[in-house]
Amino acid sequence: MPLTNQAKNQHLLWRAGFGPVVEELVELSKFSPNQFYKGLVKASDKKPEYIDVADDYLKGLMLGIEEVGRQQKKEMPAEDKKMVRQKNREGVRSLNMYWMHEMVNSSAQLREKMSFFWHGHFACRNLNVFYQQGLLDAIRTNALGNFGDLLKAVSKSAAMLNFLNNQQNRKDHPNENFAREVMELFTLGRGNYTEHDVKEAARAFTGWGSNLKGEFMFRRFQHDDRSKTILSKTGNFDGDEVLDILLEQKQTARFISQKIYKFFVNETIDTEKSEWLADRFYKSNYDISGLMEDIFTSDWFYDEKNIGAKIKSPVELLVGIQRMLPMKLENEEALMLLQRVLGQMLFYPPNVAGWPGGKTWIDSSTLMMRMRIPLLINDADEMNVKPKDDDDQTMGRQDTMENKEERKSLKGLIPRRQMINANIDWNLYVKNFENTEKEKLIDSISKILLQTKSGVDNDLIKKYTDASGRESFIKTATLQIMSTPEYQLC
Amino acid sequence: MLIKRKEFIQIGSLATASMMLPKFLKAFEEQAMVPAGNKVVVILQLSGGNDGLNTVIPIRNDIYYRSRPRLGIEKTKALSLTDEVGLHPALTGFKELYDDGSLGIMNSVGYSNPDRSHFRSMDIWQTASQSTEYFTTGWVGRYLDAQCSGCDKPTQAIEIDDVLSLAMKGQNINGIAVKDPRRLYGTANEKFFRDVLKNHKEEKGEQPVDYLYKTMAQTLSSADYIFQQSKLHPSSAEYPKTDLGNSMKTIASLIFSDINTKVYYVSLGSFDTHVNQEMQQQRLFTEMNEAVKAFVKDLKSNNRFNDMMLFTFSEFGRRVSQNASGGTDHGTANNMFLISGGLKQKGLINSLPDLNDLDEGDLKYKVDFKNVYATVLNKWLNADDKMILSNKYDHLNFI
Repeated sequence: MPLTNQAKNQHLLWRAGFGPVVEELVELSKFSPNQFYKGLVKASDKKPEYIDVADDYLKGLMLGIEEVGRQQKKEMPAEDKKMVRQKNREGVRSLNMYWMHEMVNSSAQLREKMSFFWHGHFACRNLNVFYQQGLLDAIRTNALGNFGDLLKAVSKSAAMLNFLNNQQNRKDHPNENFAREVMELFTLGRGNYTEHDVKEAARAFTGWGSNLKGEFMFRRFQHDDRSKTILSKTGNFDGDEVLDILLEQKQTARFISQKIYKFFVNETIDTEKSEWLADRFYKSNYDISGLMEDIFTSDWFYDEKNIGAKIKSPVELLVGIQRMLPMKLENEEALMLLQRVLGQMLFYPPNVAGWPGGKTWIDSSTLMMRMRIPLLINDADEMNVKPKDDDDQTMGRQDTMENKEERKSLKGLIPRRQMINANIDWNLYVKNFENTEKEKLIDSISKILLQTKSGVDNDLIKKYTDASGRESFIKTATLQIMSTPEYQLC
Repeated sequence: MLIKRKEFIQIGSLATASMMLPKFLKAFEEQAMVPAGNKVVVILQLSGGNDGLNTVIPIRNDIYYRSRPRLGIEKTKALSLTDEVGLHPALTGFKELYDDGSLGIMNSVGYSNPDRSHFRSMDIWQTASQSTEYFTTGWVGRYLDAQCSGCDKPTQAIEIDDVLSLAMKGQNINGIAVKDPRRLYGTANEKFFRDVLKNHKEEKGEQPVDYLYKTMAQTLSSADYIFQQSKLHPSSAEYPKTDLGNSMKTIASLIFSDINTKVYYVSLGSFDTHVNQEMQQQRLFTEMNEAVKAFVKDLKSNNRFNDMMLFTFSEFGRRVSQNASGGTDHGTANNMFLISGGLKQKGLINSLPDLNDLDEGDLKYKVDFKNVYATVLNKWLNADDKMILSNKYDHLNFI
């Protein structure tokens, strides 16, 4: 049976965005996927706004240090330091919530989804909220632009330079961390360069750093301007030139195309397709929009084997639910908690290699937790799961508990039991089924919620619904269908 | 809505439902039993970076006391093991184990190019990678892969927690996290989950969703299995009413049962003592001491202490010098405790770290932690350590 436009568009929306949004359910069958894709591109046209969540107090304090630093080389008092740490931590948390909110509500779905991909590709842990804001902005601005520009913007971000120790990379005292990861994880991939290349590239990046404000600084006197040989090219290269050399390698286009194929199309790479993509990506001089258009307008993207074949990442799952069921969360902390328990917290990737994704999302604990979320948001279940401590975030503070104030502020960070307190606005959703006959309700709900070939048994769902009224029937059926293994796929 | 646990078991018993189960789910019913006398490992993770120098204390070392004018533990307060070495005052049970010949102390354990980020360093310990490598599987998980390729027995490695650690995740098989066997996946929707599982029909050819159903089947059948096993010979001993105390009691009850578990994993923390170290370490060590003491006593009286090997580790030690806030900052090498009735080497297995020979204020590691893993895997669990660690590490002699 040929796929309907609705099925194809849902597939497109799950991959090029974070799933269909309840307001546009009626549009799904009206347009062809190509028309839909054009709409997505247009909605992502605009340059995104800079997300600034940093606390005014923190801004003042940071400017203060700069002033003090200039006048006299004095260290910040311990109390201030502590406050800076705490404010930064809260800042990164706000940034997380703000961006997730954008993923749910922005019509620039393609841009946010693409940014989400790059957020994992250029994975960076940094507890400085200014640095994180800067990096996120570099990513969102260039997400659909030129990969070379994106690579350079990220490589010059304070967040990445600090995370990968390039502040310590100096002439005659090289630190190879940055140079290694740029080759291994950002461009060529393992096995496509030598240890010698890493050593030489590290020398070219000497002097790259940032100031306290998070601006890129080139420290001329720390830079090693002697000759280097990198990937068989010799010259007095600086960092920019090394990145250009990496971009000249076709392998970079191949590496990125394969990763994008795995993320947007299928975990199992079809070499012929990914080679074709890499070829065109390289020839276009790394035009990301072109690459994505090649994917989303191709016939093979809509092949049956690619639909419903991906395990949603925790963020995709959480955002997807909120797009379908608009809700007001009284307890936003719960979203952070779920991100942690499910293994994907924005701005806290496990390491510079990012989240491995695919089957690694799933173990007995995470799977059961995922399937409990629908009842949790409906307050029919209680959050009674404790995430692992993350000492990089908490600095062991949950155990010191110096004063009650601090204990209170930490409560949100390490809650034990809580309700999510989501107020779901069901109106729009329920309205979609106004004209659906009762016997066909479960079928059409399944069609909208599930991407898998075979759905869940209708009679079974029926057994667990509240049939006392039409609306309660729709609600309970929806929540139960969302509580299945099938709903974990897109 | 509360559904009684008993009801779940009746409804969910996979044995009665087996006629309806897809083929690939049936494998989990035949859980191999492990005869008594088989060896188990208990891994106790001290999260946050425990300060090793205030754990195993060089009580005659001037550099130690000079570097820690406020935090250094006086000779008279430490529990002395030898003229040179004392234990943290809270570790009375560990001192008894030392006197008893069932405690081993391995000093200066670490790895090359140490990382000072908690997360990254914990990654390295849990995956047993080099510090330049990024593994997506843990060493216990790969032990599961090797033990049981082609079949699934996730209960061979159990973590007493709500969330599964990376250490427990293999390529094909994951361990299972259980905080409380009575409350496993106790959710209002459990009956629905069991029904969904029963109703799943296998499609032709492997579907992506099959992996999820497989995990779900494993989870629910393991949950029942663990719950039943935990009731077989529940420990009747007294344990402290702390998180760790409860966890150790659960582990003891499972060790006394017929369960096929070989590795238990449990964490205590946070040892990240940048400030107020004295109070915090004292509190955590008291919890650890009481729980481990009760556990050892329990195992001894049930004649299982010789079959059990407990070891502790932390993602890093701390710097030799104290900081200005009554604490210590992230360091490098650290010590590990080994506890068992079957130790070949007892007491201080190697010498204390040399405080004259530091690397920019940090201890140098002398023993790679992967040698400890290799030893436990090979000599205690009879497993192929080379394959699991994808490298050949020399075996040590404590087993």
